[in-house]
Amino acid sequence: MTTVHFPALGLILLFPALGFLFNLFYGARWGRRWVNVVGPGVIFAAFAVVFVSFIRLLTLPAGSVLTVTLWRWIQAGPFHANFTLQMDALSALMTLIVTGVGALIHVYSVGYMAHDDDFARFFAYLNLFELSMLILVLADNLVLMFMGWEGVGLCSYLLISFWYTNPAFAYAGRKAFVANRVGDAGFLLGMFTIVATLGSHGSWTLNFGGIQSHLALFTTQTATIATLLLLVGATGKSAQIPLYVWLPDAMAGPTPVSALIHAATMVTAGVYMIARLHFLFALAPTTMELVATIGAVTAIYAGSIALVQPDIKKVLAYSTISQLGYMFLGVGVGAFTAGVFHLMTHAFFKALLFLCAGSVMHSLDGEQDMFKMGGLRSKIPITYATMLIATLAISALPPFAGFFSKDQILESVYNSGHHGLWILGIITAAMTSFYMFRLIFLTFYGESRVEEAKAHHIHESPSVMTTPLIILAVLSIIGGWIGLPEHVLWGNKLSAFLAPSVGEFTPIMHGSALMLTAVSLSLALLGIIAAWYFYLVAPGMPYLIAYQLKAGYNLLLNKYYVDELYNLIITRPLFWLSTLVLGRVIDAFIIDGIVDGAGLMVETGGQLSRRIETGNVQQYAFVYVLGVLAIVAYYLYLVTH
Amino acid sequence: MMTVSYSWLMALSAAIFTIGVAGVLIRRNIFVMFMSIELMLNAVNLAFVTMARRMGSMDGQVIVFFVMTVAAAEAAVGLAIIISIFRNRETVNADELKLMRW
Amino acid sequence: MPVGVFIFLGVVAIISSLGVVLQRSPIHCLLALIMTLVSIGALFLALDAVTVGFLQIIVYVGAIMVLFLFVIWLLNLQADEAPTGGLGLKFFATIAVAAMAAELFIFFSKTRGAMEAANVAPGYGSIDSLAQSLFGQYLMAFESTSILLLVAVIGAVAIARRTIPQRERGPTKGTPTR
Repeated sequence: MTTVHFPALGLILLFPALGFLFNLFYGARWGRRWVNVVGPGVIFAAFAVVFVSFIRLLTLPAGSVLTVTLWRWIQAGPFHANFTLQMDALSALMTLIVTGVGALIHVYSVGYMAHDDDFARFFAYLNLFELSMLILVLADNLVLMFMGWEGVGLCSYLLISFWYTNPAFAYAGRKAFVANRVGDAGFLLGMFTIVATLGSHGSWTLNFGGIQSHLALFTTQTATIATLLLLVGATGKSAQIPLYVWLPDAMAGPTPVSALIHAATMVTAGVYMIARLHFLFALAPTTMELVATIGAVTAIYAGSIALVQPDIKKVLAYSTISQLGYMFLGVGVGAFTAGVFHLMTHAFFKALLFLCAGSVMHSLDGEQDMFKMGGLRSKIPITYATMLIATLAISALPPFAGFFSKDQILESVYNSGHHGLWILGIITAAMTSFYMFRLIFLTFYGESRVEEAKAHHIHESPSVMTTPLIILAVLSIIGGWIGLPEHVLWGNKLSAFLAPSVGEFTPIMHGSALMLTAVSLSLALLGIIAAWYFYLVAPGMPYLIAYQLKAGYNLLLNKYYVDELYNLIITRPLFWLSTLVLGRVIDAFIIDGIVDGAGLMVETGGQLSRRIETGNVQQYAFVYVLGVLAIVAYYLYLVTH
Repeated sequence: MMTVSYSWLMALSAAIFTIGVAGVLIRRNIFVMFMSIELMLNAVNLAFVTMARRMGSMDGQVIVFFVMTVAAAEAAVGLAIIISIFRNRETVNADELKLMRW
Repeated sequence: MPVGVFIFLGVVAIISSLGVVLQRSPIHCLLALIMTLVSIGALFLALDAVTVGFLQIIVYVGAIMVLFLFVIWLLNLQADEAPTGGLGLKFFATIAVAAMAAELFIFFSKTRGAMEAANVAPGYGSIDSLAQSLFGQYLMAFESTSILLLVAVIGAVAIARRTIPQRERGPTKGTPTR
């Protein structure tokens, strides 16, 4: 493995950092014209550096790594964790996505936030997010990665509750942060387990390279414990069961935030982490099974909720959770390249979907309820066309991007012997195409159900918003073509590129690729036809079915009442504990008692000692005399002995 | 007859000093306290002169000279203060001059 | 010095110092103090410290005691009345003083040896040798003392003088302005 010193990597972090500082301190004062250039501009600059680094990496033999140590960070005896960036194939792909899609979303935000007075703060947070995400994916050790991990969690909180004057939005941000925090606790414990295991044998390190070279020090048990804990962190960040509950609420943030953070980048951090530590997870087959199972169950679970949601952004949110489930499923069965491939294509079409949704909302003055839309096809044609492309991509129809990645995952799942999970996967594929085309038909087709007041000024978004849509649409079409199945044209270039970083997939069996593809494709088409039928041909049908299966419908509409359940068994008891026990007893009584008691002691001491000050000079002189007596007595003692 | 031993003179000095201390501690009248302080100073002067004589050097007497000077200055200022107090409070009873108390 | 002289002067000194402490009227205390000072001055003379002895009479008795006297007359003090409060303190003070006396006596009684009379150089204690020390080795202290006296004079005058009553101030002067 060749390691090349490449200082330019530092620039990738420098540009977003400078952008953040500028927007934070000078943005409001220098005005919109500067912020609109600096905000996206620094990300484009970072993308340029990433691209150059990527080209450099391609010229090196496979498995090479570009690295630079920016400064020595933690040096605690034998344990070192430096601020070192490393770019291997996996990190290169991730940074290309983060900066590329990120830059497009920054440009889109210029248009989206054109009427918001708080634009400087928005771009400052967006730049800070980019910085944190880049630290996460470029880190060469777990500690630095955790720093980025926390940073994106913080930015997620800041951006979700961007319009903080609305209490509901603020609560959504808080919910996201707390749920993430639970995951972070797991991540931390996982890190501790790893470093403790390695350290007990003398090698104190959390560098990825270091862990990989000392893999022999892990027993199956320690590896399982560590990976399970890390998995808790991944489920928090990537919104899987059981810590997914924050993602639907996170739609309270501005739509570019949903696109960037909760579709394309931050939520993929969990998948990235598992891919990055693939060697450790490979030692713990139990955890891998759990990863795959969680992924598949979450996918079908979230898909079922998305079937009946009326809010356009909520549908996309549950769709994101579902697609992340696919990625977990892929990495869980050992197909790391397939999982990462789907991560990339998903970034393209999900970001595009969110941005289009934002464009739709922008044209309708903020309307989010799909049952109040309809017939927008002719009125906002660019948005319609790009959203249709994205929907075709997510429904996994060839030749669009999603087809190749999802197909690769499902094929790997089948070939690894997990046939039950495979069935869950294809059912979810059918659901996916159904609810996505439901979204298209409700929004763009049929009679216009838009409110009178909004119907008058439906207009296409400005080009600063539609241009990123077009670019992402192109990527959603051609993005999958770097991962073609074997023997088709140039084969799976992506797999070959990533293999040194994330390992190869070892299939147990070889099901017919053609048959598997045919099954999933036909199910996807089935979903489209069903949606067409339900929403265009017989628009009354959904209402009829909902009425007949009222209990089931309500269960799905209310997200299986999970939020209420969590509230009951976790939130309320914790509130009770903190207000009554910790608040009244420990805080008010004990801690305040100690603090007040210290003050009281001093006061009492003062009260007692002030009595010495009688103002009576003779008393003072008396004390002097006592002192003299003592000294003379001492000298007497010295003289006589 | 034997000559005077210096230790007798030191004992005399100590005695006068002790009497002065007693005066400071026991009497209420500020003037008497002041005079007792003068007494103490003189006892110390006696000790200095005695030891100067014993060692044959003039340094002790120089010290006594300075003590006298400073005692004069101190007496002047002290009495000025007493006069000032008396103007305000009409008393020279130390028991009643307890302003700097808690 | 001859023993008799010492005993006589010592007894006078002790009795008069007791008188300082025990008399009722401040004037009587003052007179007793004068007697003590004179006897101590005589002891100085007997110890060959001629200059200092005379200085004691001139400065201490002649100036300081006269100052005391003037102040007592100025304030027109009478004899003290019966003792007021703080008797507990006085009781303990008496004990402390007695202890101190005992300690000091023990101390000085232990230092027997090498305390015999010694011979001194001629001219010891004369004004000549005193001046030589003052203006020679201890010049700094001498000059500082003169400054000290100046300061004391100024201080005494400043403290003891009657303050001029404040002129009547108008209603606006001294109030905080908005």
